[in-house]
Amino acid sequence: MTSPAWARRRDAAGRAWREFAANRGGLVGLVVLAVFVLVAALGPVLIDDADLDVTRATGDRLRSPSGEFWLGTDENGRSVLALTLWGTQLSLVVGLAAALLSVVIGTTVGILAGHFGGWLSAVLLRFTDFFLIMPSLVLAIALSAVLDGGAGTIILAIGVVSWPASARLVRAQTLAVEARPYIERSRALGGGHGHVIFKHVLPSVLPLVFVNTTLAVGTAIVAESTLRFLGLGDTNEITWGGLLRSAGSSGAITYGAWWYLLPPGIAIVLLVLAFTLVGRALETVLNPKLRERR
Amino acid sequence: MTDSLAPVEESIAEVPPPSRGGGVVRYLLAKVGGAVMSVLMVVVLGFFLFRVMPGDPVSIMTRGRPVSGAQLEALRAQHGFDKPLLVQFWNYLVGLVHGDFGQSYAFNAPAGVIIGERLGPTLLLTGTATVLAAALGLWLGAKTGWHRNGPLDRGSSGVALVFWSIPPWWLGVVLLMIAGGVFPTGGMQSPDSPAAFFPHALDVAHHMVLPVFTLVLALYGQYQLVMRASLLEEMNSDYLTTARAKGLRDDLVRRRHALPNALLPTATLVFLHLGMVVSGAITVEAVYSWPGLGQLTAEALASKDLPLLQGIFIVLVIAVVVMNLFADLLLRVLDPRVRAS
Repeated sequence: MTSPAWARRRDAAGRAWREFAANRGGLVGLVVLAVFVLVAALGPVLIDDADLDVTRATGDRLRSPSGEFWLGTDENGRSVLALTLWGTQLSLVVGLAAALLSVVIGTTVGILAGHFGGWLSAVLLRFTDFFLIMPSLVLAIALSAVLDGGAGTIILAIGVVSWPASARLVRAQTLAVEARPYIERSRALGGGHGHVIFKHVLPSVLPLVFVNTTLAVGTAIVAESTLRFLGLGDTNEITWGGLLRSAGSSGAITYGAWWYLLPPGIAIVLLVLAFTLVGRALETVLNPKLRERR
Repeated sequence: MTDSLAPVEESIAEVPPPSRGGGVVRYLLAKVGGAVMSVLMVVVLGFFLFRVMPGDPVSIMTRGRPVSGAQLEALRAQHGFDKPLLVQFWNYLVGLVHGDFGQSYAFNAPAGVIIGERLGPTLLLTGTATVLAAALGLWLGAKTGWHRNGPLDRGSSGVALVFWSIPPWWLGVVLLMIAGGVFPTGGMQSPDSPAAFFPHALDVAHHMVLPVFTLVLALYGQYQLVMRASLLEEMNSDYLTTARAKGLRDDLVRRRHALPNALLPTATLVFLHLGMVVSGAITVEAVYSWPGLGQLTAEALASKDLPLLQGIFIVLVIAVVVMNLFADLLLRVLDPRVRAS
């Protein structure tokens, strides 16, 4: 691994990291993200299953925080702290999976539309524009209402409605890359569509796709919690949006049960903010124009 | 339906490109044609989404309820699900043309009528919130963009980012918890609302405070960031240097020269972000039980009322498509640069 190419890559990675580390917001976001990932991974170890079971709950109904229940209890006497920590896992996984699905669809459509042109491009662009102006939540609601199921349905619904923005971005980048002379050289040497797309276009588009995914996770997490709040998906799954839904329907708002209403919401905001901050920091690393302007 | 597309193609072929007036007609027809295409796609999508998706629509409607086989058959016949798919599609198209969105299952009334009743409150809420959010966002964006990296810029851009990360409905829940004692917690009017116009309007306004405030907080950040970026684009333009060289005060350079140019693309974005307004309104209405389309969506979801959901879907998406068309045309009227390109 001491070949010049690898040394060059290591240098580039080091430079990118120093650039990223210079952005304070991005660093903070990364730390917050790490904490959430840790909680999601350790959830099953930290939390006893009995704490989540409605039938085996030990606390009273809607109790304010105390020594035993640090964040009080919900309407079934379960610990809000345990529920919120447990919800991290599903919110994080669904957010990541939905963002990934959306970016994979968007990248595929974007590269195809940018590389091939002609009628295929025209049809794909028409399609993209249609989905772009579509109020995505309305479509996601319709999709998850019609398709039965839990987290899988939610992932599908969010992924299918949120790809157009990345398709546009990737298409623009594909067009810019393909206008360069080295693509012409590659074609002249006999490189086919597959070669040009996978060896040249995809590698130069990937950094952009990576940034886009990071930013998309934030949006996906908000969308997920919104769908859950509206009662879509499997209501037995413990998620932040689902917790807030049961809080709303159990009268926690009029009761003033802040310990029940605040923790899941704050968790959503912190996680979304962390992804957004990291995404914006990555953006400045990859886009020198943006770096100068700030 | 395809007839309406045919003139578009013909006129594109007929109109000679150099004529300026012809360019306008061509632009108009292309944009209107695109919107008509989108509406057609919505109509087709609306059908296939709700009729052909895996799972029987009748069994989705009756999920969680005890029903006999005969009842299921009767329901199928009532909603026409027993007919061949093409016949169903044809009936659906004919119905839509006549403004018939099918029969709501939960309300036992035509879905179109119920949607029509809820349209007004939604327009009132979203309209008020959009105007206020746009005004606040544009003002803040202009201020922060002009004094880039100043204390106000750093502070308010951070605040905008935080509000952007908050789901609007959770903001609504928190505001409701804090201010629920001062303002009404739900609905659009009190049960004993006065009949006279002005007292009644005052009562409605009182009910609007919290939902509008929630929506404004959820929406203004977007406008602020766009306006700020748009103004930054203009910052290094030569015409601003000229204006300064003439000896204009900084304030005048901003108001007379930079702002009008930065405002144009932002103004259209107000319309283009309407999809976001709709999304925000759906959940905020559900939180404050505001009797609009959003609250209706929540009710339709709770009762698995697919015909009603389908109607809401079509109405909301077509509204957004039409507003987008309007935004495109408006930008062309307002901005000579777009007209020239």
